[in-house]
Amino acid sequence: MEQSIYRSHILVCGGTGCVSSGCKQAQDALKDELAKHDLTSEIKIVETGCHGFCEKGPIMIMYPEGVFYCELTPEDMPELVEEHILKGRTVERLLYTEPNSKKSIPSYEEIDFYKKQQRLVLGNCGHMDPESIEEYIATGGYEAIGKALTEMTPEGVIEEVKDAGLRGRGGGGFPTGLKWQFAAGAKSDKKYVICNADEGDPGAFMDRSLLEGDPHRIIEGMMIGAYATGADEGYVYVRAEYPLAIERLQKALDDAREYGLLGENIFGTDFNFDLHIKAGAGAFVCGEETALMNSIEGKRGMPRPRPPFPAEQGLWGKPSNINNVESYANVPNIIRDGAEAYKAIGTEGSKGTKVFALTGKINNTGLAEVPMGITMKEIIYDIGGGISDGNKFKAVQIGGPSGGCLPEELLDLPVDYDSLIEVGAMMGSGGLVVMDDSTCMVDVARFFLNFTQSESCGKCTPCREGTKRMLEILNRITSGEGKDGDIEMLERLAENIKSTSLCGLGQTAPNPVLSTLKYFRHEYEAHIYDEICPAGACEDMLKGYVIDEDACIGCTACARVCPVDAIEGNVKEAHVIDLDKCISCGACVSKCKFDAISQA
Amino acid sequence: MDTITLTIDGQQVEVQQGATLLEAARELGIEIPTLCYHPDLSLHGSCRVCVVEDVKSGRLLASCVAPVNNGMEISTNSSKARVARKTNVELLLANHPNDCLGCDRNGSCELQDITHDLGITRVDFEGEKRDLPVDASGPSLKREPNKCILCGRCVRVCEEVQGVSALEFTERGFNSIVSTGFDLPQSEVNCANCGQCATVCPTAAITEISEVDKVWAALEDDTKHVVVQTAPSIQSSLGEEFGMEPGTVVTGQMAAALRRLGFDKVFTTDFAADLTIMEEGNEFIQRFKGEKNLPHITSCCPGWVKFCEHNYPDLISHLSSAKSPMSMFSAISKSYYAEESEIDAKDIYTVAIMPCTAKKFEKDREELVGDTDAVLTTRELARMIKEMGIKFETLADEKYDEMLGAHTGAGTIFGTTGGVTEAALRTVKEELDGEPLGRLGLGFEGIQEASLEVAGQTVNVAIANGLANASKLLDEVRAGNSKYHFIEVMACPNGCVGGGGQPLPTSKEIKQKRALGLRSIDESDSIRKSHENPMIKKLYDDYLGEPLGGHSHHLLHTKYQKRDRN
Repeated sequence: MEQSIYRSHILVCGGTGCVSSGCKQAQDALKDELAKHDLTSEIKIVETGCHGFCEKGPIMIMYPEGVFYCELTPEDMPELVEEHILKGRTVERLLYTEPNSKKSIPSYEEIDFYKKQQRLVLGNCGHMDPESIEEYIATGGYEAIGKALTEMTPEGVIEEVKDAGLRGRGGGGFPTGLKWQFAAGAKSDKKYVICNADEGDPGAFMDRSLLEGDPHRIIEGMMIGAYATGADEGYVYVRAEYPLAIERLQKALDDAREYGLLGENIFGTDFNFDLHIKAGAGAFVCGEETALMNSIEGKRGMPRPRPPFPAEQGLWGKPSNINNVESYANVPNIIRDGAEAYKAIGTEGSKGTKVFALTGKINNTGLAEVPMGITMKEIIYDIGGGISDGNKFKAVQIGGPSGGCLPEELLDLPVDYDSLIEVGAMMGSGGLVVMDDSTCMVDVARFFLNFTQSESCGKCTPCREGTKRMLEILNRITSGEGKDGDIEMLERLAENIKSTSLCGLGQTAPNPVLSTLKYFRHEYEAHIYDEICPAGACEDMLKGYVIDEDACIGCTACARVCPVDAIEGNVKEAHVIDLDKCISCGACVSKCKFDAISQA
Repeated sequence: MDTITLTIDGQQVEVQQGATLLEAARELGIEIPTLCYHPDLSLHGSCRVCVVEDVKSGRLLASCVAPVNNGMEISTNSSKARVARKTNVELLLANHPNDCLGCDRNGSCELQDITHDLGITRVDFEGEKRDLPVDASGPSLKREPNKCILCGRCVRVCEEVQGVSALEFTERGFNSIVSTGFDLPQSEVNCANCGQCATVCPTAAITEISEVDKVWAALEDDTKHVVVQTAPSIQSSLGEEFGMEPGTVVTGQMAAALRRLGFDKVFTTDFAADLTIMEEGNEFIQRFKGEKNLPHITSCCPGWVKFCEHNYPDLISHLSSAKSPMSMFSAISKSYYAEESEIDAKDIYTVAIMPCTAKKFEKDREELVGDTDAVLTTRELARMIKEMGIKFETLADEKYDEMLGAHTGAGTIFGTTGGVTEAALRTVKEELDGEPLGRLGLGFEGIQEASLEVAGQTVNVAIANGLANASKLLDEVRAGNSKYHFIEVMACPNGCVGGGGQPLPTSKEIKQKRALGLRSIDESDSIRKSHENPMIKKLYDDYLGEPLGGHSHHLLHTKYQKRDRN
């Protein structure tokens, strides 16, 4: 193999987020520019997986200096090459600017978004070419499976994973080692391991980034799982909407086979294992393990009653172990570095790190990996950079459609499996949606319920019929037609759906409603009894705005911003809104510094 | 296998490991309401009506699927369990037409029964209801999706028992429905019209297409001479509609009731079953001797014939060309009977009372159209009897009318699995070696086989009931490794006693009782061989000539056609 020595490497983020913000075009322009200066043999471009800081894409990092450039366009490339590569001068204007201090930060490690993160699972993402098996091996890849196969018994592997305290990262939090032990204990001539990559929570993209950025880590994790449980065949069930993930995983599988890492007699042992990719058609319920297995079998994606659990009767009736992408991604580290090192991170009941997808009204949208036990406040303010547009924090939705909305008073809550359950939310797969004071919590509950209602498979009565009835009530409330008894009916239905649904989808579907009822009940009551949406978000309920003449000082800010000239008044005199003209856009409210404007 | 001890409603019970909570409760005589559960089908666990409370954890478990564990304490009627059960039934009712008074299943609806039993007098939930069109494209079955509670029993019976999979869940969530592939009309899919879906449906989401009005019109038409034939298996099932035990033989009361309904002649399909044996038996002898188109496969079941045309068109040449007893009867009633009675054939209206929904399809087949004018299921006949205010159970026995009412035990057992085979062999064996047939000792299994020596040669026969079972035998034939000379196939489990037009509810146990009823008629019959039926002899002597002869061939044999596998 021909080896070249490069004086510099440019890591270009090729995650889906950066692809959509134009990294391919920027990269092409960079290539042209390098060619123009005859630098192609000196400077190597490496397209990596996701850096996580999607808000700021496209992203490039220059090595060996470690300078982090962001929000790049093709037009920036001549300057970048001219200044940084040729003259060795940092291009100040392309650096990341800290929103609060307005300081430009050249170094990757110095940026707040990365400072509080502990990137173990995402360790390779953004730092190597995900399509190169050599780069994975060079960073210690496939060492763990080598160690497991040559130095450990399957029981030893299971003990190590149990000792590490790894819990399912797909949301449920079931101890992974225990799950493996069940599958290992099942007697059968054939067993399967399955990777659940049917990531479907709105706003979540942890699994996608892992598959795109470090596919070999998942393969290695699954191999270890297969060795521990006695399986010789595996499936990665990944949504078809993730074409890049599928493409990179396929490349990784092909390479691993070519290297003899998949197939027969792996590492010269009698361990045989191979993997298939199964592209799912995008039904949310197929993230439920038994529905997922039905789907692999070519059946309709409907959950099966449990027990029997997959460890006894899974895919095609054979004992099967099924874990989430991130769970498998944790395994190589545990085996390679040992349980002791792993469990040094985290809390008593939740070990290791968790990857969160930060979205919503937050400055730093992106992917962050944090140690278990970090507070919500640290995630949102230190890593996430606080609430966007200078607005006020209202709630954070964690755990996707199965999770709950937590209010400001819970921001100091340490994030782990058990604490979240205690407050009516759940870890979920890692979706974190931040909401500001312009968000109506009833509307948020309605949004999530609308999602689960339409994604219900329709098999069991409470989920199919009950969520529909709940959604109808929420639709009524948010359109101003709520009535006395609606809240109680929501609670009755929620309780029934939680306690009698067949699978996790139904059992958790009412959580967004229950948690908003718990922490934001007054908003429901305001909609029903006062016929007002306090956040001003439910359009059907808006009857226009009025100005409190005592509070108004006549600054005219509102009148200037009103798009329909509905506000009149003289300078330094109280203003008046003409309700016939007002379109309830709320522009005046956001301009008023004296809290003088409220809903009519 | 280990046993498990647990407590249900304060009573201790010991059951086999792997049993469900529902089974354990029934062991104690505790009834838990169910909807999606059906004893003959796989477990589904979807309606969530059978929930019970696990006292220690406070969790609600669907008892039909939850396995027993040692030391469990279960309450089937805790407040929590009762509220949940009622709520789930109410949720079903909130999306149901609730037009019970005008419903086909009023009085035999499981949703109605549960609503009553749980004391639900009003439904607190309101909102959108499904509004989907009725599929009455027929000719056998009508689907009313608005009445469907998505229990999936029809989907399971069609796939698991029949291997047809004409029905499947489509769409998601609240929009979920049970439908055909690509939502094609029922008449355009690979459905065998067996009606097993209708027999397991707890509501009226799938029912037969009723021909009752047509028959009333014929009965009231003075220009029509209306003759009725009753299929063998009706005799031991019709009584259930009037509160009698399954298997009760009501042949005489049925004849009496039919006369009161106004039929001009009351005949029996048993007669035509004997005729079928004469034709098909001789056809088999011909094939057996000539070693042609073996195994010979029966064709009297219209569900099976259509299934074969869709799925095994390459094996059509193995089917007997003999028409079914129903169609033979109708053909004879419009030819021989018309001549003998000096009635113009075009004035004769033939009604067949069948245990079967597929017979409605057979009646309309292009090869057979014109033979039979109306087909009523057992259930439809019962409805007419009730409508007329006839007190069925108080009727005195009457006999079938002369001529086409003569029957033998051989014809009667056509109504149960293995019956056609046994009836055929009684005649075939005597024809070939003059010796009577010994006991075949047939039971109720899905696939049975027997071997017997006939005139120095071994005849291997196989009997399948349920189309999934039939497929197993057919796959062997297709692969060229079938050892059988004669195969009987009945689409419905246990044969016609388990037919899609039979009284509801139904179960394996009920079907077996009906079969035993038919066997008892056969055993007490003075004539038990088709070729000894005096009227059959007379029919050949006076009219048809020889079995398989020219006249017979024209009147009593038919053709089949390849169909798509939609």
